[in-house]
Amino acid sequence: MNVIETKNLSFTYGVNTPFEITAVDDVSISVEEGEFLGVMGHTGSGKSTLIQMLNGLIKPTSGQILLNGGDIWEHPKEIRKVRFQVGMVFQYPEYQLFEETVIKDIMFGPKNMGLSDEEARRRAMEAVRFVELPEDLLEKSPFDLSGGEKRRAAIAGVIAMDPEVLILDEPTAGLDPRGRDVLLTQIQQYHKERENTVLFVSHSMEDIARIADRILVMNKGKEAMLDSTHEVFRRTEELKKMGLRVPQITEIMQKLHERGYPVDDGTLTMDEALRQLIPYMKRREENR
Amino acid sequence: MIGDITFGQYFPGKSIIHKADPRLKITLTVAYIVLLFIANNFLSLAAVVGFILLIMALSKVPVGLYFKSMKAVIFIVTFTSILNLFYGTGEPLVKFGFITITQNGVFNAIFISVRIVSLILTSSVLTFTTSPTQLTDAIERLLKPLSYLRVPVHEFAMMMTIALRFVPTLLEETDKIMSAQKARGADMESGGIIQRVRALIPILIPLFVSAFRRAYELATAMESRCYHGGKGRTKMKLLKFGKVDVIVIGAVLINLALFIVLNIIFPPSIVL
Ligand SMILES: Nc1ncnc2c1ncn2[C@@H]1O[C@H](COP(=O)(O)OP(=O)(O)OP(=O)(O)O)[C@@H](O)[C@H]1O
Ligand SMILES: [Mg+2]
Repeated sequence: MNVIETKNLSFTYGVNTPFEITAVDDVSISVEEGEFLGVMGHTGSGKSTLIQMLNGLIKPTSGQILLNGGDIWEHPKEIRKVRFQVGMVFQYPEYQLFEETVIKDIMFGPKNMGLSDEEARRRAMEAVRFVELPEDLLEKSPFDLSGGEKRRAAIAGVIAMDPEVLILDEPTAGLDPRGRDVLLTQIQQYHKERENTVLFVSHSMEDIARIADRILVMNKGKEAMLDSTHEVFRRTEELKKMGLRVPQITEIMQKLHERGYPVDDGTLTMDEALRQLIPYMKRREENR
Repeated sequence: MIGDITFGQYFPGKSIIHKADPRLKITLTVAYIVLLFIANNFLSLAAVVGFILLIMALSKVPVGLYFKSMKAVIFIVTFTSILNLFYGTGEPLVKFGFITITQNGVFNAIFISVRIVSLILTSSVLTFTTSPTQLTDAIERLLKPLSYLRVPVHEFAMMMTIALRFVPTLLEETDKIMSAQKARGADMESGGIIQRVRALIPILIPLFVSAFRRAYELATAMESRCYHGGKGRTKMKLLKFGKVDVIVIGAVLINLALFIVLNIIFPPSIVL
């Protein structure tokens, strides 16, 4: 079953001005229910534009977006409902915080859905649990939090709406390595527990390799690849032409494979690599 | 939406109008706005407008952009010309109930519309062909005499440069914050006045917070490069009068002579 389907989707900025740019060009993709889809592409390839169309923040210049089979722009007055179904976390979401306290800010989305105070608070608390925000921060002003804490509060604000599809635009940008790791694990955990669909835009091949089931590769506004993570990362040369690369460990394993070592050239993470290399080294040791 | 406003935007290019000295351009813009108001008959007005159109053509800025810059004033133009149409004096041309339209009213309406439109076009030529930095640099130079009266001209110009520099940044930021709040279901399109004003809070607060953050960052960045005001500061790019400017001045003088002659010989076309 496809949650989201796009049909010949295009978007042009600045129509009828000298600054006309087609940011998304005839994209037809489908996102399967419950999958974790990584989205990657060189800067300016149209990733952010594409995902903003998926929840109705910008209206396509041409083409269609189907959510559970229905065109989201069929009733333009009801576009807000689509935004609750398809939650969107922007790049640097911490700049959207505005309420007096952190918990009120997280409740902003649920309240906009028309939920009661109690229900909104219950959902907010659940979201807080996912992002592991310490409870003593909840009554503080969001502007007194650290950068990483703000980021998690902002993400909780979207998760609290309990969307069917969660879209994250580079959620780990600007975090330290440990912060990235923790956030990634939390998102993975959230995906597992809620069993909903997640779209994850990232420039980090390592992050995507670790977490995504399938990958959508965008290039100059067009859909360049949409395939399982293993298959996409096998196409090293093509990716390089688009200004992308494969995870470092994958590249190393591919080189070893080329030189005749018995390893899989589709290895994506360090753990997978170690699982192949350690037994091999042991065997070599013994044979000596 | 917000990005649709082109009035006051710079359009990079290499035309001779782009190359002309910004000080000259500012002075001439002011001068031509004055001329537009001195002109009292159609022929002298045509002399001024013709020159402005010539400059527009030479600027090589797409005509579409000039049209877009008019968007903001279209209402004012229609409004004033309709008012003028009905308040003319003299022999009526048409009489329609209590509405009378006189020839004088028609002339007034046309005259004033042309005036306002040309006014916008003149200032658009200046802003389309002059980058904000050049503009403030030129203003600083032109106002320099005031600094002998202890007016902080340099600080004023610097503030203007910074403000102009951050207009697009802030617009972009507003757009982003609006999208982010809309994604959380913020409703900005419906409801009464009070609801709409309240709907602005989630946008204005993050905007102010980030404006202050940027201001602090900029101040730190300037201080760490030893900025300490205008005293003893030299320019990297000196404004210089060139060949282009001499040609422009020549053309302006000829146009001016024509204007004066036409304005004196022919009787006024409008009576206010
Ligand atoms: N608001 C806008 N107005 C005009 N052009 C825009 C706007 N936003 C994006 N663009 C242009 O559209 C193209 C695609 O931009 P988009 O933000 O979708 O890229 P991206 O893949 O998200 O890049 P990044 O990885 O840097 O975030 C770019 O060429 C960009 O310059
Ligand atoms: Mg982006």
